[in-house]
Amino acid sequence: MTLHTPDPAAGHASGAPARLVYHRPDVLVDRSTHYCPGCGHGIIHRLLAEVMTELDLPAHTIAVAPVGCAVFAYDYFKVDFVEAPHGRAPAVATGIRRVRPEAFVLTYQGDGDLAAIGTAEIVHAAARGERITAIFVNNGIYGMTGGQMAPTTLLGQRTTSSPSGRDAALMGYPIRITEMLAQLPGVSYAARGTIADVASIGKLKAMIKRACQVQIEGGGFALVEALSNCPVGWGMTPEQSIEHLKGPVVEAFPVGVIVDRGKSAMPAADTGCPAPAHPEA
Amino acid sequence: MRTDRESDLEARPTAAELDTARRSRVLMKGNQAIAEAAVQAGCDAYFGYPITPQAELLEWMAKRMPELGRVFVQAESELGAINMALGAAATGARVMVSSSSPGISLMAEAMSYMAGSGTPMVLVNIMRAGPGLGGIGPSQSDYFQATKGHGHGDYRVPVLAPDSIGEAMELTATSFELAERYRTPVMLVADGILGQAMEPVELRFRMPERHAFDWALTGAAGRPARIIKSIDLDPEVLENRNLALQHKYREIARHEVRWEGWQLEDAEFAIVAYGTAARVARSAIAKAREKGIKVGLFRPITLWPFPERQLMRLSQRLHGILTVELSSGQMVEDVRLAVEGRCPVAFHGRMGGMVPTPDEVLGALKALRGRTERARGESHAVAPPRAEPVHAHATYEHSETTPWVHERARREGRR
Repeated sequence: MTLHTPDPAAGHASGAPARLVYHRPDVLVDRSTHYCPGCGHGIIHRLLAEVMTELDLPAHTIAVAPVGCAVFAYDYFKVDFVEAPHGRAPAVATGIRRVRPEAFVLTYQGDGDLAAIGTAEIVHAAARGERITAIFVNNGIYGMTGGQMAPTTLLGQRTTSSPSGRDAALMGYPIRITEMLAQLPGVSYAARGTIADVASIGKLKAMIKRACQVQIEGGGFALVEALSNCPVGWGMTPEQSIEHLKGPVVEAFPVGVIVDRGKSAMPAADTGCPAPAHPEA
Repeated sequence: MRTDRESDLEARPTAAELDTARRSRVLMKGNQAIAEAAVQAGCDAYFGYPITPQAELLEWMAKRMPELGRVFVQAESELGAINMALGAAATGARVMVSSSSPGISLMAEAMSYMAGSGTPMVLVNIMRAGPGLGGIGPSQSDYFQATKGHGHGDYRVPVLAPDSIGEAMELTATSFELAERYRTPVMLVADGILGQAMEPVELRFRMPERHAFDWALTGAAGRPARIIKSIDLDPEVLENRNLALQHKYREIARHEVRWEGWQLEDAEFAIVAYGTAARVARSAIAKAREKGIKVGLFRPITLWPFPERQLMRLSQRLHGILTVELSSGQMVEDVRLAVEGRCPVAFHGRMGGMVPTPDEVLGALKALRGRTERARGESHAVAPPRAEPVHAHATYEHSETTPWVHERARREGRR
């Protein structure tokens, strides 16, 4: 479906002036996505795009795309993007941050990427207080590869690689990695939101905005975990998946701001590296 | 290998001394010299992780880069270091990473991504002996890894192999040039001896010219967004991406082959060796010449692209080639591919951090000469020369002087 931005000056046939109630943020590309029907990535992309537009970020953003469902994120945002190997986005973002002090640096990662294969990279980026913003989409499953168990899969949840349900004795417990990271002094902001309902989506947007502002203001590492759904991977209709998200998922992963240290979490990049390596572009 | 690290650090020249001592000769470790050459070549950012025997390179950068307002990060792992390099290089920065063999294995993944996405970067491997954790002695057992691909996929990276600290400094600048000219990772490989040994070096530095990159990620202000990636799920599109890569590799192979010949003018035999093995070979060649054996050195400086045409032409007039490596015999495969049976190719190598002595190499050379003479004599006596190729008699896997062959024979009660 293509949405056209109405011209507010044109007016309605009735003669009443049109009021613009919805339009695509300019930073989003007008195209259909590769995401499955009912997937939450689209909502989170849109929230991020709105925040980037509101904070005037697109022209100096350098973003890092992960491996996972969001591997093609660069197809939807009109910003510079680099692809990272699976899990390594925080290290790639660190490299960008250190040589481009003026850039807005963003990673967009899923739960397999951030909380399994990329655990070392995210922990140490946070430990260094790297001045980057990580958007962490947690849908509790490896969606891209066909619905296997993720580090965040709920106990008892059936996936293609836990066909009898996740058994803690065999497969361990789901990781609350945002709480883990929040303990580190270099972390300026860590929060968990969800797309489960309209009110939550508004709160999630506020979290994403804060996580971006922290970076602009010169704080340290910022992370927003967005609890999302995966109707296809979960074997549910989109409606069922949203009910599941509101129920057991939010119960296992409590929503809210976990830490907001703002600028008091000093970023490593401003203390360890005395001057920009590059002249201001 | 390191016995007195503190005094090493104190002994190194200060920045001021380096500035005033240009063109003068100072005593430097290979690791330090490569690091300073990178600094002087305009390296914007260095990322590393401690590993012996390259730690002095990281330590040098830890001090020098912040002094100059440039970037130094000690990463959480080699994975972290190489991916930081990927990110920094994607913005157009001049970037270096260094490690040693086990660390390079961890970096294989990102090397594949960087080759696929066209991200320039210089990776230094101060090779140690493997496999596995192996040891910390000098080795050339990562030749396959360096030249045949570290990670997955159809890709190559230029590999430069100095045999002296002075050459290592020059090739450091060359590495940055090649990386940026061809948008590719470049490897500079040396062994633990070159990294750790001190040599008087002339402080001759070179700053490769800076170019504006139309691909670098700088923020999409007033231009369309740029993407640096290696993925293409459409096989046709991905094949085209691969064809473009292969075209680039052909260009590199056409224009960037580097090698050195020494005492080859009248040579009947050649030793093919690189790095520290080439230095041992020079001593062996001097001894052999005293005994009247006409032998010279063919030293590949680019391990990829391998100087195959040059070696092929040379082999047409040789009686035999001895390849010497600090490995079980890796480059010798490329030597044989280049020579294509035009003359016998023998091998002598040591492993595990052991270095062959000039006398060992001389012994292997004499054995090769004996075999080729016998083979030529037999083939001339029995049949027309072409009926029975010389190399069928004379090509053999390892020199009989190779110590582990003796050792195995002794244990098995033979000989």
